[in-house]
Amino acid sequence: MTDLSALARRHGLTVSGARPALPDYLRALWSRRHFIGAFATARLTAQYSQAKLGQIWQIMTPLLNATVYYFIFGVLLNTKHGVPDFIPFLVTGVFIWTFTSNSIMAGTRAISGNLGLVRALHFPRAALPIGLALQQLQQLLFSLGALVVILVCFGQYPAVSWLLAIPALLLQSLFNTGVSMAVARLAARTPDISQLMPFLLRTWMYVSGVMWSVDKVTNGDGLPHVVTVILKCNPAAVYIDLMRFALIDSYTAGQLPPHIWAVALGWALLAGVGGFLFFWKAEEEYGRG
Amino acid sequence: MADKRQSTETAEPFTERERVPTVVVDGVHITYTVHGTKGGRGSATSALSRIVSRRSAPGAREVHAVKGVSFAAYKGEAIGLIGSNGSGKSTLLKAIAGLLPPSRGQVFTRGQPSLLGVNAALMSDLTGERNVILGGLAMGMSREQVRTRYDDIVEFSGINEKGDFISLPMRTYSSGMGARLRFSIAAAKSHDVLLIDEALSTGDARFQRRSQERITELRAEAGTVFLVSHSNKSILETCDRALWLESGTLRMDGPAQEVVAAYEEFTGKKK
Repeated sequence: MTDLSALARRHGLTVSGARPALPDYLRALWSRRHFIGAFATARLTAQYSQAKLGQIWQIMTPLLNATVYYFIFGVLLNTKHGVPDFIPFLVTGVFIWTFTSNSIMAGTRAISGNLGLVRALHFPRAALPIGLALQQLQQLLFSLGALVVILVCFGQYPAVSWLLAIPALLLQSLFNTGVSMAVARLAARTPDISQLMPFLLRTWMYVSGVMWSVDKVTNGDGLPHVVTVILKCNPAAVYIDLMRFALIDSYTAGQLPPHIWAVALGWALLAGVGGFLFFWKAEEEYGRG
Repeated sequence: MADKRQSTETAEPFTERERVPTVVVDGVHITYTVHGTKGGRGSATSALSRIVSRRSAPGAREVHAVKGVSFAAYKGEAIGLIGSNGSGKSTLLKAIAGLLPPSRGQVFTRGQPSLLGVNAALMSDLTGERNVILGGLAMGMSREQVRTRYDDIVEFSGINEKGDFISLPMRTYSSGMGARLRFSIAAAKSHDVLLIDEALSTGDARFQRRSQERITELRAEAGTVFLVSHSNKSILETCDRALWLESGTLRMDGPAQEVVAAYEEFTGKKK
């Protein structure tokens, strides 16, 4: 028995299924960057391949979502009261929120939904949640096309401030990818997470000011200061606020919490680096059983 | 990465004297927990009370699938794994591939073994074409390499022999077609260690012949091939060495002819 181990060591064989060191892992992941891109695009086009309208759903789905929320929150519950440019406000919120929420939902199925791939081929597993998050980013770009049309229809014309959307989206993408990786590890171990996640996400959505103005609520008295800070520093709210600030004229810097870019960067780095390390720590366990 | 390694190793021809091990399995035991082995206890209330009282699930049972298996496999060998159903062959392959952790003992490998199973569906909602490209990229091939090998892969799989099937989603393939395409994708790259779990039995006679040729090539490229099969004929045709597993223990290890003959005697096919 020890003879065999000695033989293996003498010829430089490595223990099968051991987790690669972080630099090796990063290098392997970088060498799979084409796979990540191709995987995201393939997923995106396969998504609506069964539907008759095909790729039109890429734009239809977010638009229909925005319509539903407009009727419920804008018309029936009248949260638009006191919010100028409510439709651009709402649609931006819904699209940006959908990006985060879909990335996280995709993360819960990153491993379990690709077991065939995981069990057949060897590649750094982080390629899967990253690829799925990239797919959501591509999808968001479709939605943003629709968003630009809506903005122009409601009198928001392209301005220099729109360029701020780029750093905001990059930070949000990093945040989403990180959370997606963390959730992917949790859901790979406990599949029940993907059942629970829609409820957590819905709760998160309702506190993130997607269809109402956090600023309007927190300006009223009665809320303790801590609650106000938590509501405003909630990452989803931060990224939504930044996009609204970039795209909508009547959404001014006064409505943003202080140091918002620092908060946005902090969340992105925390989730991105933390999520990646957390995912890598269990690399050897994915696809087992 | 792997290509570099291959180019340095193909230069030296395989000789009997300087045998280089590619897989070393050292006293490996594998136990895993199976859930839901007992029926009727899976109600929501019992699951809740179990979580509250922190008892383990009543249906969970430890299965000791592989009990102390040791062997070393060398460059250029094709090794057949035989044994009756449930003898631990597939479990052992998964451990070699690094997909199941041994509970005791260790598995050492040269490079990263690739496991080809019948059930690995790659991406069933994508077309065969996408699967070829994505599979190649996932194995670490560059876009350029995938492009140059693409035609070979499709031709080897024989998917397009009966019409343009490669542009259809893989879920529309028959199990044989799916297995053929998967084998073709994985075989497009030279592997140090290739593990094949009954993938060949699903193909038709022509594909089986072609894949046997490919396995021979892979062996010539200094790889090691493991083959699990219930067809003694394909073991004899493909492998020069065989391991006979019975209820998790290694019963026999030797030249394929001898081991298969002993196994056939054991199962009562002869006499």
